[in-house]
Amino acid sequence: MVSKVKKTIEINPVSRIEGHGKVTIQLDEAGNVTDAKFNVTQFRGFEKFCEGRVFWEMPVITPRICGICPVSHHLTAAKACDAILGVELTRPAKLLRELMHMGQYIQSHALHFFHLASPDLLLGMDADPAKRNVIGLIAANPELATKGVKLRSFGQAIIKSLGGKKVHPIGAVPGGMNTALSTADRDHFLKQIGWAIADAQTAIGIIKGYYEKDKDFVCTCASFPTGYLGLVDENNNLEFYDGKLRLIDRKGKVLESQFNPSNYLDIISEHVEDWSYLKFPFYKKVGYPKGIYRTGPLGRLNVSEGISTPLANAELKNFKKLGNNGIVEGSLYYHYARLIELLYAIERAHQLLEDKDICSTDLIVTSDKYNEQGVGVIEAPRGTLFHHYWVDDTGKIRKANLIVATGNNNAAMNMAVYQVAKTHIKNNKITEGILNRVEVAIRCYDPCLSCSTHAIGQMPFNIQVISVDGKLIKEITR
Amino acid sequence: MAKVKVATVWLEGCAGCHMSFLDIDEAIIELAKVVEFSRSPITDIKEFVPVDVGIVEGSVGNTEEEEVLKELRAHCKILMAWGDCACFGGVCAMRSSFDKEDALRRGYIETESTHKGKIPRPPGVPALLDQVKPANHIVKVDCYVPGCPPEPKAILYALNELLAGRIPVLPSDMMRFD
Ligand code: SF4
Repeated sequence: MVSKVKKTIEINPVSRIEGHGKVTIQLDEAGNVTDAKFNVTQFRGFEKFCEGRVFWEMPVITPRICGICPVSHHLTAAKACDAILGVELTRPAKLLRELMHMGQYIQSHALHFFHLASPDLLLGMDADPAKRNVIGLIAANPELATKGVKLRSFGQAIIKSLGGKKVHPIGAVPGGMNTALSTADRDHFLKQIGWAIADAQTAIGIIKGYYEKDKDFVCTCASFPTGYLGLVDENNNLEFYDGKLRLIDRKGKVLESQFNPSNYLDIISEHVEDWSYLKFPFYKKVGYPKGIYRTGPLGRLNVSEGISTPLANAELKNFKKLGNNGIVEGSLYYHYARLIELLYAIERAHQLLEDKDICSTDLIVTSDKYNEQGVGVIEAPRGTLFHHYWVDDTGKIRKANLIVATGNNNAAMNMAVYQVAKTHIKNNKITEGILNRVEVAIRCYDPCLSCSTHAIGQMPFNIQVISVDGKLIKEITR
Repeated sequence: MAKVKVATVWLEGCAGCHMSFLDIDEAIIELAKVVEFSRSPITDIKEFVPVDVGIVEGSVGNTEEEEVLKELRAHCKILMAWGDCACFGGVCAMRSSFDKEDALRRGYIETESTHKGKIPRPPGVPALLDQVKPANHIVKVDCYVPGCPPEPKAILYALNELLAGRIPVLPSDMMRFD
């Protein structure tokens, strides 16, 4: 007698950023995919345990949410604190914060491309998993690996100069910045711009070459319609540090143009599932799941009409040609979008370093009263990041609400996993190559739920096929 | 000479300690000549095998993290804790002064942006422990490199001491806790 077995495939752990996750894929009796989920398995509780702290501690506490993009939390917290103080920063303080943020984009985007994504693209998706990592890349292409190490190190050096530390800097304070940029550091950084731009352009050449070679997979891999969200400047240009929110629907129709980010509660809500510690943000006026949207490099370039620096703007024009009406849907195009942003971050750092006010010491504005609440919003490398604090009249945090960058892509990552699994797993056929495609689809989003594993190297995968009665039918580990 | 085998895990932490390790920059190329990374964020290896040195980043806040730490301990000769979270609980342990159900309720039901919330539960996700603990509350730890994160030079110093067969004791200028 043939017993009916429904199978579950578990990929565990898919280690990510700010937490841990796993994938579970449900198969029917014939071995075809009926469901697939990306479960985030870590909860840390920042929204609770920040209660009772004084608000000016927040720029120091919240970076500990993520060691890969600590600057994003640091600056978003500082912006929320500025709002509590009700102050407008001095121009030099704003410039320095933005420069620190560019340092972060340079290091984070370089890390993702060179240390994480490029081993897949350059050594091949089916290369020996033992070698398909940054150490393998050092062996196979030391020149390129060194470019990655140097670019990341350049970004980290900017952060350290302005924030005192590379990881968890302390430079931004409510009302401004606590350190000026020295002219020696400025001159040193200005000398690095040339090679940094050249190396970013090399990376862009690599990704375009890869797209050419593997067209079919690239166009179809986890390509689906969603809305898109990101900050833009007043001309609807790409913006990382400060701006208004722009939200477009799956066809490119503008749903919210120039929306004030401090009113985010009017446009965004979060859905909860009991199988994941990560919530699922969506556009409130449309509801869940129809109102899901994507953020991060692909989302930002989809909502932007231009880029204010010349080289990145020229690439943006090429990027827009990849989609219908300028809307690019394929998850693998995140890599190209990320590298265009890397180029922009370097060009923008150049502009900021040349600004006449960049070494000014006019960095602090004070205030003697507190507003009841403050919202800080920034574009973190992985997406829009929201911090919202409420304080009592002594400045103690009463409540905190955070929507982290990667959370915005949670629904999309689930769709990506489902789509890749559904396309490639047929009639019980589960191979190494298929696992890697699932991995690649998640990696496009550079998820930041459990920082380290994902960003430093390959995600370790263990897929178990388990029958309903709990028996292990098949196990693949690498 | 055989390479020294190292496994690293990160538990409840922010990855900042592993990032600080990457901040040794080009020194990683020299290190790769004498060290072989087993299960670690920088490899694809998922299973624990016997290693000389185990390294833990992050504290222990749920049942899954507890299991991973015990497994690492069972497979290594020397266990090193990286960073304030693994050494003392760190920022993550701030949760310990709250009731875990209150923390979950705040996160998944009360938060202003949450729509019709509910609290995620096992088996979909691992259960939280009542308290967030440093590594040595769960297993024996042989050496500590504190800092949030430790400076890259402290990480490199400790690794080199271990490679030389000594249990590292950080010099005072590398001993910091921020
Ligand atoms: S010690 Fe600091 S850097 Fe290391 S995991 Fe904990 S919070 Fe992150």
